[in-house]
Amino acid sequence: MTNEERLAIEAFAREIRIHTIRAIGTLGVGHIGGAMSIVEVLAVLYSKHLRHDPKNPAWRERDRLVLSKGHAGPALYSALALRGFFPLDWLLTLNQGGTRLPSHCDRTKTPGIDMTTGSLGQGLSAACGIAYGNRLDGLESYTYAIIGDGESDEGQNWEAAMFASHKKLDHLIAFTDYNKMQIDGYTQDILDLGDIEGKWRGFGWRVLRLDGHNVEALDSAISLAKTTRGQPVMIIMDTVKGKGCSFAEGNLGNHNMNVTKEQMEVALAALAGEGREGK
Amino acid sequence: MRTVFINTLIETGKKDDRIVLIDADLGKAGATASFAQTFPERHINVGVAEANMIGVAAGLASVGKIPVAQTFGCFASRRVFDQFFISVAYAHLPVKLVGTDPGISAAFNGGTHMPFEDLGTMRLIPDLTIVEPSDPVSLAGLLPEVLAQQKPAYIRLYRKPLPVLYSEGEPFQIGKCKVLRQGGPNSVLLIALGGIMVQEALEAAKILEAQGISVTVIDVLTLKPIDAEGLLSAMKNARAVISCENHQIHGALGSAVAELMAEYRIYKPFGRIGIRDEFGQVGTEQWLKEHFKLDSRSIVEAATGLLQK
Repeated sequence: MTNEERLAIEAFAREIRIHTIRAIGTLGVGHIGGAMSIVEVLAVLYSKHLRHDPKNPAWRERDRLVLSKGHAGPALYSALALRGFFPLDWLLTLNQGGTRLPSHCDRTKTPGIDMTTGSLGQGLSAACGIAYGNRLDGLESYTYAIIGDGESDEGQNWEAAMFASHKKLDHLIAFTDYNKMQIDGYTQDILDLGDIEGKWRGFGWRVLRLDGHNVEALDSAISLAKTTRGQPVMIIMDTVKGKGCSFAEGNLGNHNMNVTKEQMEVALAALAGEGREGK
Repeated sequence: MRTVFINTLIETGKKDDRIVLIDADLGKAGATASFAQTFPERHINVGVAEANMIGVAAGLASVGKIPVAQTFGCFASRRVFDQFFISVAYAHLPVKLVGTDPGISAAFNGGTHMPFEDLGTMRLIPDLTIVEPSDPVSLAGLLPEVLAQQKPAYIRLYRKPLPVLYSEGEPFQIGKCKVLRQGGPNSVLLIALGGIMVQEALEAAKILEAQGISVTVIDVLTLKPIDAEGLLSAMKNARAVISCENHQIHGALGSAVAELMAEYRIYKPFGRIGIRDEFGQVGTEQWLKEHFKLDSRSIVEAATGLLQK
């Protein structure tokens, strides 16, 4: 990745953060923590890996993304709007009656959303079905899925994990957003994921691990995942819940939190400052 | 019935390569081997993992397939209700879920496997199609209609053989009931759902006719959307109405009929044959039918009781 490319993706990530914080901050409440922790992977996917056409969201040959942790929808909505799937001003309709941008992803409402999610633990199975169906049709399209670490408590993920490796779904690339927090506390205190790499490896997946906020590392890992044959790939992203949002980062209560206008302005100003400094 | 089901699926599958059959380690019970042999790539066995089965089906549907997911009715409803509700129905994906061994037909598998509530729970899902064919001809007729609909469906399937009720070529339509036996004016109206209950209703009709009581028997076939027009028109000419279902009387057919009668002001004697707030248990189908008062004798008693009131 060239320096220029890296800076462009980081700038895109910053834009996703800004629009997401503004959408949630304008509403006054939302799932800020888990939205912030997946910003970089969204930026990398929509910058250079996930094949998409904003003018034709139903393009059959496109790559697909299942955001299984559907409550992080606002971050994905920002990425989609910035990519041109729908106007940016839709973002400020988040969760308002009649909106096309509900708190949790809904494939029937939002252009660019490939699967309805929100009841945790179900997305990876759907991603398996998509990958299997694409293979039936002889397509080379990739299916990406993002699951949460708290969400990994749900047993259905592990049914899907066995299925994907049994069926050798090598065009399925999943990410675990390992931000170490869930609603009621730290994942290690609520239900420890233990050897998370070993678990996925034991289920027959190729496992990669990286800093989920490092766009270069994400780019390399996704490139490597795409060349993998005969097994699905799990990319475990070490992330920070609330990353890059001054009032949320490191706050254990950031899963779904109230946001004041002042908090929003401070966070947006900090991000704008970073942008000016070219960080 | 399972042979008719799988043969119809194979025939439809030959014309439409979007059809994919998914089992959850009950392929032997469903006799799906012939489909798997005909279309090896389009048959998936997910193992004993019903939740994943529904999610995989949803994913397949989202890329244009018509997935048919099959398991026992107890698992198809109780075990994966949220997966079916969210990943399939709420997502508007045309997955066809088949729940076999309805109600007392679970017989020796007993209470754990005996779905008396699958239709009630499914009926609460908005815009879901729910059918329960009553004989081989109605199954072969309705299944292609259900597969052709661009929406999700629940097919309640009795696996064992059932007597033929309809002539070959009889047309079937989702949302339309059939009058199997037309009584005279002012007859007792038996509204039955599913093979077991339609057979019992027909048997009860014979007994009642022998006692000089005229009986009309309706085969409901589609629980949702219920054929309000067909049922109301029959109700208007009836002197008493009885719903007959191999299911709790709450939530499914008995409730649907009661709602229609109340909303359309059909104030006539009304009774419900079905399970009365009980769990299932082991036994032969015949023993269970008598135990839970689903048999023709119980229908006759209910009818004569209503007429004496």
